[in-house]
Amino acid sequence: MSPGSGGALARPRLHWSGDALVLVEFDARIAPEINRRAVALAEAIGAARVPGVRDVVPAYSSVGVHVDPLRFDTSALEAVVSHDWDRATAPDEAAAALVEIPVCYGGAFGPDLDEVAAFAAMSPDQVVATHAAAIYRVYMLGFLPGFAYLGGVDAAIAMPRRESPRTAVPVGSVGIAGVQTGVYPTGCPGGWRLIGRTPVVMFDATRDRPALLQPGDRVRFVPVAHDRWPALTVGARA
Amino acid sequence: MTAPALVVVRPGLLTTVQDLGRWGQQALGVPVAGAMDTRSLRQANLLVGNGDGAAALEITLLGPTLRATVRTTAVVTGADLEVRVDGRRVPVGRVFEIPEGGELHIGGGVPGTGTRAYLAVAGGFDTPVVLGSRSTHLVSRMGGVGGRALVAGDVLAIGDARRDAPRLDITVPPAAVPLGGRLRVVLGPQDDWFTPATLDTFLTASFAVSARSDRMGFRLDGPPIVASRKAELVSEPVAFGAIQVPSGGAPILLMADRQTAGGYPKIATVIAADLPLAGQLAPGAPVRFTACTRAEARAALIAREREIVRLLPEVVER
Repeated sequence: MSPGSGGALARPRLHWSGDALVLVEFDARIAPEINRRAVALAEAIGAARVPGVRDVVPAYSSVGVHVDPLRFDTSALEAVVSHDWDRATAPDEAAAALVEIPVCYGGAFGPDLDEVAAFAAMSPDQVVATHAAAIYRVYMLGFLPGFAYLGGVDAAIAMPRRESPRTAVPVGSVGIAGVQTGVYPTGCPGGWRLIGRTPVVMFDATRDRPALLQPGDRVRFVPVAHDRWPALTVGARA
Repeated sequence: MTAPALVVVRPGLLTTVQDLGRWGQQALGVPVAGAMDTRSLRQANLLVGNGDGAAALEITLLGPTLRATVRTTAVVTGADLEVRVDGRRVPVGRVFEIPEGGELHIGGGVPGTGTRAYLAVAGGFDTPVVLGSRSTHLVSRMGGVGGRALVAGDVLAIGDARRDAPRLDITVPPAAVPLGGRLRVVLGPQDDWFTPATLDTFLTASFAVSARSDRMGFRLDGPPIVASRKAELVSEPVAFGAIQVPSGGAPILLMADRQTAGGYPKIATVIAADLPLAGQLAPGAPVRFTACTRAEARAALIAREREIVRLLPEVVER
C-alpha cells in the first residue's frame, strides 16, 4: 500500500509512445478517483516547467507529456511524478464547478431519442428525465476543441454509438455513446446517439477560457421547451 | 504604400497556412496541426532569414498561383515541384525574388519526389494567431485563413522582414522520399496487445498509403493487423506518428491534424526523425516499418538536426 492520500491507488508508470510522448499511466480504469489524480498530476507537471516539455494532456487515467526529445530528460519528469503523484491535491467533486446546460430534447434537436427509448424500453420522456437527472463528471477533453467526455450515464440509457457515423452532426448536439455523454462543440461527422441540442457555445478561441468545461467540472443538463430555442440562441451569442 | 501581401490567383489542390503547430492546447482538446514535414518548413524559413517557426504555405501535389503586391523574397522547399516566377523557372530549395506585381506559379512535380512543398516568404505570413499558432486545422476550422484551405481571392499579409537577416546563397536539396518507404518505429505503447506473429507481419509486410488519407492520418492497406486482446483501451493522449489499429485491421498512421486522444491500441510509433519523411508520402506509396530503440531514435534525430545546422550554420547558432 502506498502512503499518503493516494490510498490503494498504484503509483503510475511511465510508458513511451515513440520518442516524443511519455504516457504517465495510472490503472487503466474510468473512475473518478483515478481521473482526479491524473488531472492533479497534469497540473503539477505543467507547473514544474520541466525542460523540453511541449504539452501536458490529462486523460481518463493517464497524463500525456509531449516532449522535444533533444531537450527533455526523463529523470526530471520522474522526479515530479514520484513527488506529486499522490500528493497533488485536486478539488473534491462537491467543490468543483457545477455547469448547467440547457437542452432541447427530441424532435429535430435529438433525432435518435426514439431509438434510445426503444433501446432502454422507456418512453422518450423517461429517457430525457433519466439523462437530465444525473450529475456528470468531466473526465477529459479531446476529439475536437472543447469536446468534453462526460461519464456517469445511467446504464439503462447507455446505448452504444451508431455503427456508421453521421456525416454531419449539427453544432451543440447532445449525444450518448455507452456510459459517456457529451456536446458537439462544432458541426462535424459523428457517431454518438443524438438526443438533444444546446445553444450554449462550448468553445470559443477568443474567450479567456476557450473551453466552457474543464476536467473535474460537474455538469447537469436542463430540459427546455422547443419553443424557447430562438430566445436561447440569441442569449448564447450575445 | 502598398501592404506587402501575396494574393491568391489559383489556390492549388490543398494549400494551407502552417507553422510548427499549436502546441500547449491539447488539454482543451485542441489538435496540434502544423506542417506535415517540419524539416522542409524549417529549412524554408531559415533560407529566407525567418525564425524556423514562422508561418508558411503547405502545398499539396499541385501548387497555387500567387501575385505579389510588393517585391518579395521567397523560397520553396520539400517536394520537387515546378516553380516559375513570371514564367521563368526557379529551382526548389533556392531563394528567389518575386518583383512587385509579379506572379509566382507552383505546378506539379515528378511522381515519387515528394507530396508536400513549403513556400516561405521573408517576414512570414501574418495571418491571425489563434491560441498561439497560425496553423490551419481543417476539421475544427481553426487558424490559417478562416480555418480552411486557400481559395482564389485570399490575401495573405506578409510580416516585417528582418532587414539584417542573412539571405542564404545556397541550395537545399528537395525532400528525400525514403527508399521503399521505410520508416523507423519504436514498438508500442500497446505492442503487448498483439501476438509475436502479428508483430512480425507488421514489421515485414509492405503497406500502401490508402487514397483515403489526409492530414489527420494515413490509412495503410496491407495484410490485416488485428489485436489479440479484445478489451477496449481507455482513451489516452496520442502522438504524431502513432500507428493505431482499429478492429477492422487496417492500421492508421496519425499525422499532423490527428485528434489529441484516442481509444485504439497503438502497435508502434514512428520516430521523430522520420516524421518529415512520412509527411512526404503520397497516396499509393509503399511503406515498411523497421523497429528501433529509443536510443537509436535519439541518435537519428541528432543526426537530422546536425544536417540542418550544417546547412545553415550562421542562422541556427544565433
